[in-house]
Amino acid sequence: MTLVVLPVIIPLVAAGVALVSQQSLLTQRVVALGANAGALGTAIALLAQVESDGIQAQTIGGWPAGVGITMVADLASAMFLVVSMVVLVIVQWFAVGQGVDATHPRIGQPVYLVLSAGVAMSFLTGDLFNLFVAFEVMLIASYVLLTLGAGAAQIRTGMTYVVINILASTLLLTTVGLIYGATGTVNMAELVTRFTELPDDTQLALGVLLLAVFAIKAALFPFFFWLPDSYPTAPVAVTAVFAGLLTKVGVYTMIRATTILDLDEAKWVLVMAASVTMVVGVVGAIVQSDMKRILSFHIISQVGYMIMGLAIGTVAGLTGAVLYVVHHIPVKTALFLVGGLIERATGTAALHRLGGLVRRAPIFAALFAIPALSLAGIPPFSGFLAKLAVIAAGLEAEEYILVAASLIASLLTIFSMSKIWAGVFWGTADDPTPAMAAADENDVKLPVDRVTTAATAVLVAATLVVPVFGGTVYDLAERAALDLLDPTNYIEAVAGS
Amino acid sequence: MTVALAMLVAWLFATGTYLLLQRALTRIVLGLGLLAHGSILLLITVGGRAGDPPLVGKDDDGAGIAAPLPQAFALTAIVIGFGMTAFLLALAYRSWVGTNDDEVQDDLEDRRVARQVADDEGHFREPDPDEDEPWDEWDDDDAPTEVPK
Repeated sequence: MTLVVLPVIIPLVAAGVALVSQQSLLTQRVVALGANAGALGTAIALLAQVESDGIQAQTIGGWPAGVGITMVADLASAMFLVVSMVVLVIVQWFAVGQGVDATHPRIGQPVYLVLSAGVAMSFLTGDLFNLFVAFEVMLIASYVLLTLGAGAAQIRTGMTYVVINILASTLLLTTVGLIYGATGTVNMAELVTRFTELPDDTQLALGVLLLAVFAIKAALFPFFFWLPDSYPTAPVAVTAVFAGLLTKVGVYTMIRATTILDLDEAKWVLVMAASVTMVVGVVGAIVQSDMKRILSFHIISQVGYMIMGLAIGTVAGLTGAVLYVVHHIPVKTALFLVGGLIERATGTAALHRLGGLVRRAPIFAALFAIPALSLAGIPPFSGFLAKLAVIAAGLEAEEYILVAASLIASLLTIFSMSKIWAGVFWGTADDPTPAMAAADENDVKLPVDRVTTAATAVLVAATLVVPVFGGTVYDLAERAALDLLDPTNYIEAVAGS
Repeated sequence: MTVALAMLVAWLFATGTYLLLQRALTRIVLGLGLLAHGSILLLITVGGRAGDPPLVGKDDDGAGIAAPLPQAFALTAIVIGFGMTAFLLALAYRSWVGTNDDEVQDDLEDRRVARQVADDEGHFREPDPDEDEPWDEWDDDDAPTEVPK
């Protein structure tokens, strides 16, 4: 039972230890990596337990559920947790390889551990107010990581990110207050029944407020504007983990919220938001000329696919949404890590200053091609599986607007990915950086850093796990979707904790 | 009483929103602070009528006490809000140190789009050299140095 709280507690305790061991970089790295690896281990154990014994719940402090804070792990949250922890550990490895945590003051690793704890808590909490706290833990860590260097550009874009997120958190707090006022509880399991007793209008108003707040976190249309501006300026390890995880936490809370709330009347809002998000995100990506900015816009488009599964609302649709999140987190992070490798080796991420890397650094080309094809949905990669699941569910439910939007967005994704490919890996650079010019002159390969490249390669290999075990993963996602749609098991598990 | 508090919450939200829309960072920070106060007051207000005792008596079953949960929520929210405001102020100070200015800077992308539109419609004006060039703010040298035609 206590397994549910360990993925939160281990990184938090380790964050304290890492903070006081600033004198020794080695100790700090061992503690930090060890803690995240430990959290990953408990997350895997938790997934195994949920898979065999059903939903796990634990109310903290000996209070009855409803007064005390409940931590719950069902299949969806356990799956997301495992994937997130894998990504967190690998990105940490990458960051150690780049040495970005060696600058003074050495608060990078402790803050990163707080971020891990916040992400884990957001997935595992069964209490709306605790979700607000989890968001704050995660976000304060992300604010610090985003502005750690305190350069002018980082402060400028960091400010947008911080202000929009504090505003969203305040709105979440307000919504939690209103929900407590209307129902007298913030426990998600109790909310399921209490919510249905409310008048329809109240249900709709509270539900839409809650979804709007989570949509800001998930960067859904029309609340996506903060994302492409703030992500690319951070150090690449930070951008990679934000791109992979933070918006997906928002998506997870939207999935969770729609299962608590019964929002048939607001369904068309989700349908429209998902369709527009898919197309607008990818159109935004096409006009960009910097690799990191293109990838940032893709995040938005991809979030649209997840919400598409949610908007369809059937078992197949939710299965698709869960699969999409599981596929997207490692793939997106891997793409950003490859971008970081290229930037470190050549000194730039601007397309017009890059070119011919397929000869100069073939390993980068290979590492980029796999997640890029996966993101575009080419078989046999994980993106194909996820997109197929979502689109098949859309056809089955006759949501033709969504299907059309997703197919258009898919085509445009391939187009913008080939723009990166043509700009970075083929041809020659219009305006090569000194590193590239030197490599061209001597006709040698670019220097490749072993540690960071190995970390990226492991993550790229991890993205291949989903298609290899496609059947198992699909079955798990389907069972997760069934539990999400029918909260009976969830309520029972919480009541029995 | 509750109506008065509800109106106060509304007033805090209105002024907070107004301040949030200003361009000076200090006003934005103050606006976010007012919004946070508004939601904390809302949390207290939904806890029910004021005046009930906060403790359970000896022969009491606990039915007559003030709801404890909203107070716990409010305390947590106050602590978190304090930390966030401190961080924001540090960020605003850092921004002031860097740019000697308290204003939120223009979004570069927006500026580019606006110029492109102006150019397309034929009333593009060459930027005044005395004016601050927004491109200087890019950290790296890969940023566009001229308006794309």
